[in-house]
Amino acid sequence: MSMRLARPGTSDKAETSPLAVRGLTVSYGGDPVVFSVDMTVAPGQMTAIVGPNGAGKSTLLKACLGIVKPLAGRITAWGKPVARQSSRIAYVPQRTSIDWDFPVTVIDVVLMGMYRDLGLLRRVRPQHREAAMACLDRVGMRDFADRQIGQLSGGQQQRVFLARALAQQADLFLLDEPFAGVDAATESAIIAVLKALRDEGRTIVAVHHDLSTVEAYFDRVFLINRRRIAEGPVSTAFTTDTLHEAYGGRLSDGFTARRA
Amino acid sequence: MIWQALTLQLGYNAALVALGSAALGIAAGAVGGFLYLRKRSLVSDAISHATLPGLALAFMVMVALGGEGRFLPGLMLGSALSAGIGLWLVGRMTARTRLPQDAAIGAILSTFFGAGIVLLTIVQTMQAGRQAGLEGFLLGSTAGMLRADALIIAAGGAAVLAAVLALRRPLLMVAFDEGYAQVNGIGVARMDAALMALVLAVTVVGLKIVGLILIVALLIIPAVAARFWSERALHVVMLSGLFGGLAGYGGAALSATAPALPTGPIVVLLGFALFAVSLLVAPSRGLLAAALRHRRLQSRVHLRQGLLALSRGEPVYEAMTRRMLRRAGLTRPDGQPTEAGRAETARIRLDEARWQALRRSDTLTDLSSRDDGLTLIDSVLTADQLAALDTTLAPRGAT
Repeated sequence: MSMRLARPGTSDKAETSPLAVRGLTVSYGGDPVVFSVDMTVAPGQMTAIVGPNGAGKSTLLKACLGIVKPLAGRITAWGKPVARQSSRIAYVPQRTSIDWDFPVTVIDVVLMGMYRDLGLLRRVRPQHREAAMACLDRVGMRDFADRQIGQLSGGQQQRVFLARALAQQADLFLLDEPFAGVDAATESAIIAVLKALRDEGRTIVAVHHDLSTVEAYFDRVFLINRRRIAEGPVSTAFTTDTLHEAYGGRLSDGFTARRA
Repeated sequence: MIWQALTLQLGYNAALVALGSAALGIAAGAVGGFLYLRKRSLVSDAISHATLPGLALAFMVMVALGGEGRFLPGLMLGSALSAGIGLWLVGRMTARTRLPQDAAIGAILSTFFGAGIVLLTIVQTMQAGRQAGLEGFLLGSTAGMLRADALIIAAGGAAVLAAVLALRRPLLMVAFDEGYAQVNGIGVARMDAALMALVLAVTVVGLKIVGLILIVALLIIPAVAARFWSERALHVVMLSGLFGGLAGYGGAALSATAPALPTGPIVVLLGFALFAVSLLVAPSRGLLAAALRHRRLQSRVHLRQGLLALSRGEPVYEAMTRRMLRRAGLTRPDGQPTEAGRAETARIRLDEARWQALRRSDTLTDLSSRDDGLTLIDSVLTADQLAALDTTLAPRGAT
């Protein structure tokens, strides 16, 4: 009974949320890196997953996607298991997880975003190619379509992966540190595309590590340090107190001082 | 004789064997291409060695049942079963313990092969069934192969190839970015299992021709040779199939010229020849191309640096630079610039001044990242931009 009182309306929200996590615990064989986390992503908004190094940000995202198998917990997208909604979810992995010597060109990568449409046997037709080129256009990479991916700069590589996600026509975009190691021009290009997606009514969730840009880029924040620290609109969840709770003393002299 | 062998003029059976071997090679090359892209090439070694106990046991069972011990489909089934068990054990060991995959492969490979050799020795002491011939499965032997066997091999190769073609998209996506593939609804574990099943099929089909010790070469060598020629995964896979087919065809045809010649080693040597050629002459990734590229870059750097020094009236320190300037006709033997050298020097000086102006300009400064010391600014800016930039140079240019 007390449980039900503690979380009024939780289950209703989980039914409609593009991504709802309940009681998620993940371990890579040792102590849990994510412990008993609840998260309810708000539809049509941009949410930043923020927390110190090793706080389980990427792990949380990977568990949501089914890439990492959790010890416990339930994850739903629009009220159904994530695996059944995968056509509506696009994922942009961390740049470091890719083998950049792999023999694929930029356009090949974007065409992979259309896998659901192409399936096993359907041929790649001019209209697929044009749609892929349009996605590249949106991230300013049209001129690079025939380059092998290893020949791109870090920022360009990140934009190509965003283009692949765009090609999927998804409703929920999950990005793992999209701004890590990219130049300023790429950062502003990516954020412009993400904001445009949000304005079309799509939902964005990004693991983010740069605290100074959280307020400018995102609507909502999910603060994590192994457990959920705070969740909500930037104005209420991203405060000196919650940051102190997530980062401990590590942040006291720098960022929080400037905010105070 | 060799020419006749390659053009299929050594009789109907030899031709059939060569074609079956080609089909096997194409299938092995294509499967090997994906195996290489997935970075699992070594698993094929475990699979192939793990076939041996099953092969010997199948022989014993068939003889015990009063049948022909060398009945190929039966031997293939036995090999597939024991290789499947070996593969399953490698997977379990990797998943359940902290052993890295290469260690698990090493353990399984040697254990199964050892057991297989013991069983093979027992087979050789058996009275029943003409034992001679089972060792042929170690290194491959096409001598005295039955027509039905060749047909089975060709059909097996074709079936594997069709399966690879059908699965090419999910296989590629898993190889490139398994997280993304998973999110797209492709079962990574299922796709890996399918790839392993294809490798297993190639191994079992290829036992008779290439032999279980060397089938690995037919899976790996064509793929790494093909990688030299293309930056697109599906082209790599297709080319790998082509290379595998050539090696399989040539190996079977050549070994038909001398009955004592084992087929596997010849297939492998042909594959290696294709690899060596690729390594040397492939454009862009090949050794010759790389050396040529290095030479060209080196000479551009030296010439530009030498001209820069000349334009500033400084001495050229490096002997190599002096030599290159002289050879390009830009300096005289005494080190003074020639007519052409002076023109080049002026051009370089203008280029340097323009780059400097670009770095200081308000509108074009973003392009300064394109300045690598060798790129001429004319190739970066439009004529209009260049004209605008030159107006900021004008005061100095006018004097």
